[in-house]
Amino acid sequence: MTYKEITDLIRTINKSNLSEFKYSNTDFEITIRTENYSKKGNAPQVSPSMIPMTTASPVQHIISAQPTTTAAAPSVDKPAEAIKADVPAANAADGTKDANSNLIEVKSPIVGTFYRSASPDKPAYVKVGDNINVGDVVCIVEAMKLFNEIESEVAGKIVKVMIEDASPVEYDQILYLVDPNA
Amino acid sequence: MFKKILIANRGEIALRIVRTCKEMGIKTVAVYSTVDRESLHVRFADEAVCIGPASSALSYLSIPKIMAAVEITNADAVHPGYGFLSENADFAEVCTEYGIKFIGPTPEQIRKMGDKITAKETMIKANVPVVPGSGGLLKDAKQGMKIAKDIGYPVILKATAGGGGKGMRIVRAKDEFEDAWNMARNEAKASFSNDGIYMEKFVEEPRHIEIQVAGDQYGNVIHLSERDCSIQRRHQKLIEEAPSPFMTKSLRKKMGEAAIKAAKSIKYEGVGTVEFLVDKNKDFYFMEMNTRIQVEHTVTEEVIDHDLIKEQIKIAAGEKIGKKNYEPTMHAMECRINAEDVYNDFRPSPGTISSFHSPKGHGVRVDTHVYSGYTVSPHYDSMIAKLICRAQTREECIKKMSRALDEFIIEGLKTTVPLHQMIMKDEAFRKGDFNTGFLNDFDFGEEKKDKKP
Repeated sequence: MTYKEITDLIRTINKSNLSEFKYSNTDFEITIRTENYSKKGNAPQVSPSMIPMTTASPVQHIISAQPTTTAAAPSVDKPAEAIKADVPAANAADGTKDANSNLIEVKSPIVGTFYRSASPDKPAYVKVGDNINVGDVVCIVEAMKLFNEIESEVAGKIVKVMIEDASPVEYDQILYLVDPNA
Repeated sequence: MFKKILIANRGEIALRIVRTCKEMGIKTVAVYSTVDRESLHVRFADEAVCIGPASSALSYLSIPKIMAAVEITNADAVHPGYGFLSENADFAEVCTEYGIKFIGPTPEQIRKMGDKITAKETMIKANVPVVPGSGGLLKDAKQGMKIAKDIGYPVILKATAGGGGKGMRIVRAKDEFEDAWNMARNEAKASFSNDGIYMEKFVEEPRHIEIQVAGDQYGNVIHLSERDCSIQRRHQKLIEEAPSPFMTKSLRKKMGEAAIKAAKSIKYEGVGTVEFLVDKNKDFYFMEMNTRIQVEHTVTEEVIDHDLIKEQIKIAAGEKIGKKNYEPTMHAMECRINAEDVYNDFRPSPGTISSFHSPKGHGVRVDTHVYSGYTVSPHYDSMIAKLICRAQTREECIKKMSRALDEFIIEGLKTTVPLHQMIMKDEAFRKGDFNTGFLNDFDFGEEKKDKKP
């Protein structure tokens, strides 16, 4: 393949919904993976740029009003600019990006209230420094009086607990940061 | 009055509900899927909860996730909008069990009107005219022909498991019956693995005219006049208007009374719409009842100057509605702007809007959740905006709509704006001379179709 053919191929794959593309013949092989690949749970998800945005209390994801509400009111074109402004600032503020780039995020698959232990008098399922395996229960998320045990899909060491006990969580909210190489 | 309402919906209607809630001093909770994170309803609501991935089944249709969001935000009422769970009786029931007010009718009322055969039976009992028919599945052609003789040709054979026009045959005379019967059954068997056929009188050149109704928790029901939704493509409404150019004062009185009777017969609570087919002789027949707010509620709002979402919330909070019906004092039209390619069979055109300028000015209203830079995803329906114009007369309304459509700039994807521009110029449309078959023979500009490479 020529250089141009490869860049054209990458462009085409990016526009599609594919998560992985593999091609090989006797003297050439290419594999292209898009961000959809990690989202499908094929590989641990690594998105360092997301981490600094959540160091602020995660509870505010749900409870606080979107701060740009009044600014966005005057015209419908404003919101787009407000969104674009957020992202570069977040990256600039993050000094620990490189150090965090190998961490995996354990996210909530459901909406509800997060509990670190099975009941107030029991110890937390996991704490910072613990090693966990795939399938280990890492927390409870309670919804509509049902206590759901959340199992980890990854193995590694708990590096950070991202959310306070007994706080509300939404879908995809980051619960723990795990180092898979520990 | 409610302190906090969770909106179990997305897109323009979610934003519409947020707006009225803000005006009423009620706090709002938006729920959203991961791809709707940047949607306007999420930005303008007081709180927002991510409830799932893009797939509707795992987000906007997920009752457990929505109820969990209600729980963690302490909302005391849920507004279901239209589509999604708005006519899901189970959802309404779950809300009631948890002590959350479902802003809409009771689960029972939803069930009664949700099943078409039950709805028809209820209407017959209430003496509301319905499309006469076989009442159930036909045993054979002989029985069919006997019933057809009673109700009068033309009749239409319909597949009970059917949809999309499949398994349907119009029969205009007795000697055509046998063939039509066989063809309909074969098609139904092939398409739905169910060759059950029932029969209805075929309403000639029908107009789709619906009556907006509202009922409170005390048994009072009023009507808010009609909307004409005859401009449809494949049974999807494209343009709605109020009042109907086909309406007369006496027909409105009769249809209004029938609609009120229909709603009262089930003690209907909330706002709803009774849909009728009206033939060229101004005979009208009950088609179905929608037990929710509708997309086109906006045209009624414009001609009677009344906030229907506010009405819904007030009714749900236990307030009484007035005694009088509402008559239109102006003329309004709505064009549904979809992200579709008009010149290539209306295929969906998702993508990122690179430039967005909506029309403004006297008598122009745009209900939309999109903006410049917004990405229209392929996961949900293609409607991206509603353009509503209001004027003193129908003629002025059309002129205003044409002007507004010309001003509507949406770049980065294809939209149905050109189609609406064509319809505004159409002679028959301008005369008010149309029925649900209007778009069947419409020239969509074949010459602009993509050439095959």
